Amino acid sequence: MNPVNYLYLSALLFTIGATGVLIRRNAIVVFMCIELMLNACNLAFVTFSRMHGNLDGQIIAFFTMVVAAAEVVVGLAIIVSLFRSRHSASVDDASLMKL
Amino acid sequence: MSSLAAYSTSTGEAFQFWVLGTVAVIGALATVFMKRAVHSALSLAGTMIILAIFYLANGAYFLGIVQIVVYTGAIMMLFLFVVMLVGVTAADSLKETIKGQRWLALLCGLGFGVLLLGGIGNASLKDFDGLAQANANGNVEGLATLIFTKYVFAFEITGALLITAAVGAMVLTHRERTERAKTQREMSEQRVREGKYIPPLPAPGVYARHNAVDIAGLLPDGTPSDLTVSKTLRDRGQIRDVSAEALNDLKALEQRAEERLERTEIEPATFKKEEASQ
Repeated sequence: MNPVNYLYLSALLFTIGATGVLIRRNAIVVFMCIELMLNACNLAFVTFSRMHGNLDGQIIAFFTMVVAAAEVVVGLAIIVSLFRSRHSASVDDASLMKL
Repeated sequence: MSSLAAYSTSTGEAFQFWVLGTVAVIGALATVFMKRAVHSALSLAGTMIILAIFYLANGAYFLGIVQIVVYTGAIMMLFLFVVMLVGVTAADSLKETIKGQRWLALLCGLGFGVLLLGGIGNASLKDFDGLAQANANGNVEGLATLIFTKYVFAFEITGALLITAAVGAMVLTHRERTERAKTQREMSEQRVREGKYIPPLPAPGVYARHNAVDIAGLLPDGTPSDLTVSKTLRDRGQIRDVSAEALNDLKALEQRAEERLERTEIEPATFKKEEASQ
């Protein structure tokens, strides 16, 4: 097996995550799909690191993980405060700007 | 293990890839298509563990462990925590706000996937150097050398980012009390002054044959009383009404008693007569 298959898998997971972001309404599930996309990117980074024979790709994946952790903390805090103010975690309900 | 990454992987890794890759894709699909957020979270945790195994197989030993510790250990638990906070039973509404949005989204996803996979297919990615040389002094040592030399500035910025995120989360979820909380005495005095409901609220499940908190107590006439169930459950519409159940149970009991007393032959006729008279 050529390790390129890891890249195909990563592309597939990224696509599934992106479709999930478009389809789902529950803000938490949308957020999980974003995490899936980030993980797919990390897999691609790790595979590219193996391809080029240096560790820079792994460093970038590591930084992605740190940024993802920070993003999850803030994003979930936003979801919780949204839920407090409107008693729903649906992204459709946050439509105050709509005419 | 790091020496097997040349042009082709070992059969063992290929087998692992095809088996676990399938499971990972199924987990990702389940994340998107499961109706309840808890199920989505668990499927996503499974996919992340499989990705950790893939990192290990790709020679990224440190990242594989970090993936398990940080993602499945911390981030997914945070997700589950918020799911519990927001309400486990809150299922996604299936109503479309924009007509045909779902199908358009699926189409977009499909097109995007075809573009992405086609791009990878067209790129010349045949040469794999493998990490044997880079990992020669150990994966963690190699990463540490890079982080503290070439990427040291990014690393410092990461620290600032983490602190900002922690402060941001606290600011977002913290609520300042604008007025003093009422004491129990003040509340009881207010109740008396308003003349609303002076004694303590009745317990759930009274006369209902179950005493779970989500089961409304029954009034003497058999109708459920909203007062007995907590306001949160009432707002979420999670009250189980067992008033009909109790009546049905009673009816079944009566019928069984009549069967035991061998009145079954006469009973249907009397029943019909009664219905007709009503």
